[in-house]
Parts: sequence; structure tokens; C-alpha cells
Amino acid sequence: MTYLGDVFALARKDLLLELRSRDTVPAMLLFVVSTLVVFHFALPSEASATAETGLLWVALLFTALLGLVRAFVAEREERVLDGLVLAPCDRSAIWLGKVIGVVAFLVAAEVVALPAYALFFRPVGWELVAAVALADLGLAAVGTLLAAMAAAGRARELLLPVLFLPLVIPIVVGGVGASATDDPGRYLAFLGLYDAVFAILSWASFEYVVTE
Amino acid sequence: MSTSLRNNEHVVLAAAAGCLLLAGTSLAFYWVPNAPVEGFRQRIFYFHVPIALTAYACFGWAAWKALRLLWTRERRYDLESYTAVHMGVIFGILTLVTGSIWARTSWGHWWVWGSRQLVLFLVLFLFYAAYFMLRYSVEPGPRRANMSAVYTLFGVALIPISFLAIRLAEDLVHPVVFTHDVQNRLTGSQLLTFLVCLAGMLALAGSLYANELTGKRLDARLRELREALQ
Repeated sequence: MTYLGDVFALARKDLLLELRSRDTVPAMLLFVVSTLVVFHFALPSEASATAETGLLWVALLFTALLGLVRAFVAEREERVLDGLVLAPCDRSAIWLGKVIGVVAFLVAAEVVALPAYALFFRPVGWELVAAVALADLGLAAVGTLLAAMAAAGRARELLLPVLFLPLVIPIVVGGVGASATDDPGRYLAFLGLYDAVFAILSWASFEYVVTE
Repeated sequence: MSTSLRNNEHVVLAAAAGCLLLAGTSLAFYWVPNAPVEGFRQRIFYFHVPIALTAYACFGWAAWKALRLLWTRERRYDLESYTAVHMGVIFGILTLVTGSIWARTSWGHWWVWGSRQLVLFLVLFLFYAAYFMLRYSVEPGPRRANMSAVYTLFGVALIPISFLAIRLAEDLVHPVVFTHDVQNRLTGSQLLTFLVCLAGMLALAGSLYANELTGKRLDARLRELREALQ
């Protein structure tokens, strides 16, 4: 099989598993909508646009975290990862397949979250959609690598947020900047730069995380 | 791979660190004239900035050792990279403390979100504190060494990206009210004092690094011997 064939086979496996078990995505959808409702009550009624956008980004970040914590559960509990590492494919294909799966979950959550945000708070512009799309790539790229690391640790569910949040602070800066200022171009370019740097780093280093 | 504490190089390095820091402190307090705007309190610059640069040097050194580990797969680099991160975090905390003191004396607040260096060091502190969490929660072995190395390499990518992010965020939420702007008008005597202090801090970090590494190697060796005896 070619490299891309491996990647798509792995991504297809994740999506099929989710379609059959429906473990993660419904929880992410419910979580993001309930978070938005909580934020409505946490914010004062005359809150500024920046505050509301900021809270949307916090909600998206924690939703992504929820999905990522689940990302390697099957691999860990059923010892799939050992099999995948033994399989005659490039190890980075495992990462890329997982990233495609995570991005699909995130997009599914945001298809609900953004209309909900538009309904509860304020209309959603093209900048916000573009920023969310770019942020998804970065969150999935970094998050998948860190989730694979955390899966090897003892306190996995605790370890992942601690590893993940400091690394994605730049995504929040870029996302809030792109959706709350008059000049979104700079912030979108920054998000693109972040995606490129960390996607390449994660792609190149995933092999070391799953092998000895 | 020396594990002896009676190591001449260590003693020389420690002595050099002591002399340089003593010289730097006396220069900073007795020789350099008061800065025109900030006055006496500007002298913390000779400690704060060298400490910050030393922390960067430690993180850079850790990343270099991490790269060597992934490249050569030699296990000793794991301990060296870990020790360098350890030193980097210590100097990072000192940067936060001295920066906080400077912010307090200059602007009246212990914490200022407008100061880029401080915010960057806070992000880095959180990031590298998580590094220790990672190490303590994974079983020791080659896989942990690999993971720590990958995480350390992410750190050097995060430094410039975060710096850029903080600059962008300043334009967004916090208008730049305060700038240190000290570096732009360093006079000869200020530059000399700064360089002496920087050399002193670097020597101190190197000396602490060498000592800590010796200790950790002794520890590892002792564990090996104990296991062999059992």
C-alpha cells in the first residue's frame, strides 16, 4: 500500500469505529453547547464582542481536549498501537490518520457550535470560520502527538490537559485576534504559520513517541 | 562520564561563576551611574536580563541534547537534556521573580500583562513544568527518553511562536504602554557590567548543571549497583 493508502485506511478505521459506537462526537456536541449556555450566565449582559469571542474559543479548546482524551483509548485498551507499530507502514501515517479523524470530530462539533454561538451571542463572520478551520488543524496536529504521549503515562486524563494547554496558547491568540479585530489577515497568517511549524514537527517526531 | 565530585573542571567553573558574579554585583551597585529615567531601580536590569538569557541558553542546550538523543539514540543524552531543562526552569522562575520585582518598582504592580518577557516566561514555565509531569508519569526507559526529547524540541519551537503570539496579543487587547527600552541606550559602562553579569550567570548555570548531572549519574549508578547486588 502507498503512504496515502495507509493514512486513509487508518482514518477510515477511526471514523467507522465512531460511527458504530458513537462514543465521542455526541459527548463533544453536548459539551460544547452546554459550555456556551454556562458562558451566557457567566458573562455580564453588556459583555463586549472580544469577551464573547474569547469564551467561544475557550469552549472550542475544551471540546477539542475532550475528543483528544478519547483519541487513543481504543489503541491503549485493546493494545492496537502495538499492532500498528509492528505493521509495515511508516509510523507517521498512524499520526496522520489519527489527525484526519480528530479533525473530522472537531468539524462535526463546530458545525453545531458555531450556529449555536450565532444564535445565543452574535453572528458568525467568515473570519471566524476561517480561523476555526485553521485552528482545527493545529489543535489536531499538536493534540494527537501529545495524546499519544499521555497514553503512555499513568495519569493520562490528567496529563493531557497539562501538556496541551501551554502549547495551544498561540492558537487562542490567533483565533481571538482573527475574529475580534478589523485586520484578521495577520492573525490568520499567524495561525497558518503555527499549523505549518507544529504539523511538520509532530509529523517528523511521532515515530519516536511510539517506538523505543 | 565522570561521577567524581573532586573534578577540577567543576571547581574552576564554580570559582569563575563566584568571581564573575561578585564582580558583576559590585559593578552594578557601585560603578555604573544611575540610569537617566529609571534611576537606581534600573540596576535590577543587570540581574533580570542575564538570568532570562541564561534560561534561554539552558532550554536551547536541552533541545540540542534532545536532538542528539533522537539522532544517535545514546541514552546518556536523556539525563543531560533533563538536567538542562531543570536548570532552565530554575532560572525561568528567577526571571519571573526579578521581573515581578522590577514591574513593582517601575509600575507599581507585581504583574504586568504588557511586559512581553514576563508573559513569555510564564508560558514557558507552564510548558516546562508539564515536562516534569510527563517524566514522572511515564515509566523510565527508552520510550520516556524519546518522549521527553520530542517535548523539549517542541519547546524551542514554542519560544519564537509564543513571542510572536504575545506581540500580536498586545496589539489586540493591551496597548503597549510600558516599554523597557533599556537596551537601546546602553552606554559603555552599562554594557561592560551587563556582559560581566551575563558571563557570571552563564558560568553559574554551567556549574550547577555539571554538579546536578554528576549527582544524577551517581544516583543512577547506585541504583544499578543495588540491582546487581539483589
